[in-house]
Amino acid sequence: VSGRRLETGGAWLDRSRPLTFSFDGRDLTAFDGDTVASALLASGERAGFISPIAGRPRGVATAGVEEPNAFVEIAEPWFEPIRPATMVPVVDGMVVRSRAGVGVLPGDDVAPRPARHTYRHVETVVIGGGPAGRSGAAGATGRVLLVDEQPVVPEPPDGVETLPATTATGVYDDGYVVCYQRAGEADVIHHVRAARVVLAAGAHERPIAFAGNDRPGVMLASAALAYLERFGVLVGQRIVVFSTNHAGHDAAGALAVAGAHVVVVDPSPRVGGASERLRAAGVEVHTNARVVATGGDPALRTVTIDGADGVLRDLPADVLAVSGGWNPVVQLARGIGIGLTYDDDKACFVHDGAGPPWLEIVGGAGGDVPASFPLWVVDEGDDAEKYVEPLRDQTVADIARAVGGGLTSSEHVKRATYIGTTIDQGRTSGVLTAEIVNKLLGWAPGAQGPSNARPPYTPVPFSALAGVDTGLLADLIRVTPIHPWHEAQGAVYENVGQWKRPRYFPVGGEDMDAAVARETRALRTSVGVLDASTLGKIEVVGPDAGVFLDRMYTNRMSNLAVGSIRYGFMLGLDGMVFDDGVAMRLAEDRFLCSTTTGGAAAVLDRFEEWLQCEWIDLQVFCTSVTEQWAVVAVGGPNARKVLTAAGTTVDLANEAFPFMTFREGSVAGVPARVCRVSFTGDLSYEVHVSPWHALHVWDAVMTAGAPFGITPYGTEAMHVLRAEKGFVIVGQETDGTQTPDDLGMGWIVNTGKGDFLGKRSLVRSDTVRDDRKQLVGLLTEDPALVLPEGTQLLADAEIPPPPAHMLGWVTSSYRSEALGQSIARALVERGRALRGSTIHAELDGRTSPVIVTDPVFFDPEGGRRDG
Amino acid sequence: MLQIRCPWCGPRDETEFRYGGQAHIPYPADPEALRDEEWADFLFMRDNPRGEWAERWVHAAGCRRWFNAIRDTATHRTIATYRMDEERPT
Repeated sequence: VSGRRLETGGAWLDRSRPLTFSFDGRDLTAFDGDTVASALLASGERAGFISPIAGRPRGVATAGVEEPNAFVEIAEPWFEPIRPATMVPVVDGMVVRSRAGVGVLPGDDVAPRPARHTYRHVETVVIGGGPAGRSGAAGATGRVLLVDEQPVVPEPPDGVETLPATTATGVYDDGYVVCYQRAGEADVIHHVRAARVVLAAGAHERPIAFAGNDRPGVMLASAALAYLERFGVLVGQRIVVFSTNHAGHDAAGALAVAGAHVVVVDPSPRVGGASERLRAAGVEVHTNARVVATGGDPALRTVTIDGADGVLRDLPADVLAVSGGWNPVVQLARGIGIGLTYDDDKACFVHDGAGPPWLEIVGGAGGDVPASFPLWVVDEGDDAEKYVEPLRDQTVADIARAVGGGLTSSEHVKRATYIGTTIDQGRTSGVLTAEIVNKLLGWAPGAQGPSNARPPYTPVPFSALAGVDTGLLADLIRVTPIHPWHEAQGAVYENVGQWKRPRYFPVGGEDMDAAVARETRALRTSVGVLDASTLGKIEVVGPDAGVFLDRMYTNRMSNLAVGSIRYGFMLGLDGMVFDDGVAMRLAEDRFLCSTTTGGAAAVLDRFEEWLQCEWIDLQVFCTSVTEQWAVVAVGGPNARKVLTAAGTTVDLANEAFPFMTFREGSVAGVPARVCRVSFTGDLSYEVHVSPWHALHVWDAVMTAGAPFGITPYGTEAMHVLRAEKGFVIVGQETDGTQTPDDLGMGWIVNTGKGDFLGKRSLVRSDTVRDDRKQLVGLLTEDPALVLPEGTQLLADAEIPPPPAHMLGWVTSSYRSEALGQSIARALVERGRALRGSTIHAELDGRTSPVIVTDPVFFDPEGGRRDG
Repeated sequence: MLQIRCPWCGPRDETEFRYGGQAHIPYPADPEALRDEEWADFLFMRDNPRGEWAERWVHAAGCRRWFNAIRDTATHRTIATYRMDEERPT
């Protein structure tokens, strides 16, 4: 046994509250205030951990977030896959297991730690509760928040809200700071917006790369001191302190006073005041000396030093405390682009003084760290035993191999060795690596600095980031007012944007193909019904509404008669199809524009953008009414009979109510707007009603349609039906690179009506190329073969060597019940000229012949739309 | 995350806004009179300076109004915001 608990001392301990916990199946005691690491050291544990890659024995090396060796899984009283043992306060009955640097994700049955988020607005946030932070907070006015990653903040200033166990994981623009708090058994993410940020995050002590520096028992000098002061734990009986600076020397003095036998090894040739003071106190000090090797299996027993006289000496030791200088915490400020400059005297990188006016960097983080003799790596010994990043088992030899391979930048060396990619994120290894690279290249110290650091400063569990936004709250789900009926019917859904749309309604264990065949057959032969409520709907109102829509759509809307409907395209300024839908003129100054389900928000955004930014003289207002109107689409040869039977005041006769018009009246006793539009090619009535009445109207239609075998259908059948008719779906046939002409729909562009968005681009040299891809139909020679969507198309049956010239690709593909075979649509280079010819579809390295056809497969004359 | 001062709603988090690219690029009065190169210049070409420039934002999750901002692309500091019908401040 080497480490032990002293009879007194330990600022963080409550010795009146003893606890027990279990580590790797061993029952251990602790006091309230202990961390797992301090309790392990107090128990005399010296190793206890292994490294993740080489499987080397390791012990606790630090007392904070920079710990590279000692990781545990928490099994009780909550589950967490991995935490540094130095950052886990012991609770009574806790069960932890050592983990070799890598956590194992829990199964679904393990509940994550509860988590929530808060949003705070303060005048000042102080990051770090050390002397500099406390003094910064005490001098601040207004609401002041102080956060510190340690569980105890000594002497918090009055009038300051102090959050212990809270890490600022990132500092962002305009005083935005994200903090991660471990509050008992819950996690809290604080989103802090502050007028002033005081960065007082201190400095990290740096290790030195010497042979055998990963042996259990080698730790940072500041850690040995922290275990003494915070937990009353003297980590060893014979402690060698290898120190380049007075803070390391001071730690040595404190350890000696506490009762350890201490020997100091100082690489500096100067005999400084700190060394003299220690000598005067009776501590053995070797100046101009270096540690060149360690011994012990697995834990430290000897330290070999090379003294000023060049003689090697073996010193018995159970702990080797190392202090290679101090790195100010620069990671948080680097995140907002603040640069670094090298300080020769302190042998470290400090902030370059630039930065926003709201940020103050003070204390150790601001460069107030001890002067240090510049020693990064000890020349003697095997480079392959000098560990730089213990958590990756990476050594000076690995850095030398990267540099030998031609890498000179610390960023490149990081990526070649993975040094700095662990939870350490370069805190202890970054400067060390950069200086070893500088030295290997023969460059001066500080010639280049450490690789960049990005948030988060310490790991944050995903469960904390998610907060309460899990399960149903993880993502918005939109459902229509008819959704309860779909649920009761066992619909299978498709996500369209955030909408849940029924994809098909399986009956008696049907698969999708069987259900879609039945649903499409019902619509073509009798009657089907679709919940079309999700279609985007925007009311465009004002005296200039018609003029405005003329500029937004490719065709003219201003001359649309009240009561009529027109289908239109909207283009991007680049001339490419952006969205489609119908516009209905409700009144002289009032249109209702429908959009695709997924495009509704983008279309409204676009309307508002042009009205506010460009045509601010137009008097037009746009309002989303998507959820104010539910839509029941009744389609098929018997649609008129069903709607009549459901009861309507609207005259449904063709002459009284022609195609592409709408009528207002009642359906099933409730107010309704009935539209004669069709996305299937068959007679169709879209019944728009208040969402409050939607289920009633749906039920009435189902009841009235029962004698006709009315069949609800989903989006998959809708896709098949519209594809048979050659109708496009924006986003399925298009990918943002198709003009109306590419889709064979040049007729929808009215070039005589004046300017509209995208018009000029339709005559750009690129859009008038004659080899553009055009939308065509495809029929497979094998009528049963349904081509996968995305299948590439070739001119020849033989696949040429790469790069093969592809004619295009399949955009949609289905089995058509009406045609008794598969149909597909494709974008094909010069496709319209290829109609009637055979091209070839590539299928897993083979080809299959397909015939290029017109994109309309079914009822090309349009005879079915009037029933 | 930036803090942006909406001219109507005051300072709000960046997540309430959507970006709209470079400001003060008016839609051409007569696009058909432009040569292909001139139209392409309007359509595709934007400045990318280091330092102050004018850009558009919309308070998408707030009042849904568009406005202009002068921002320093090097420091991310928003120097001014102003309404669409206001002159660019000097």
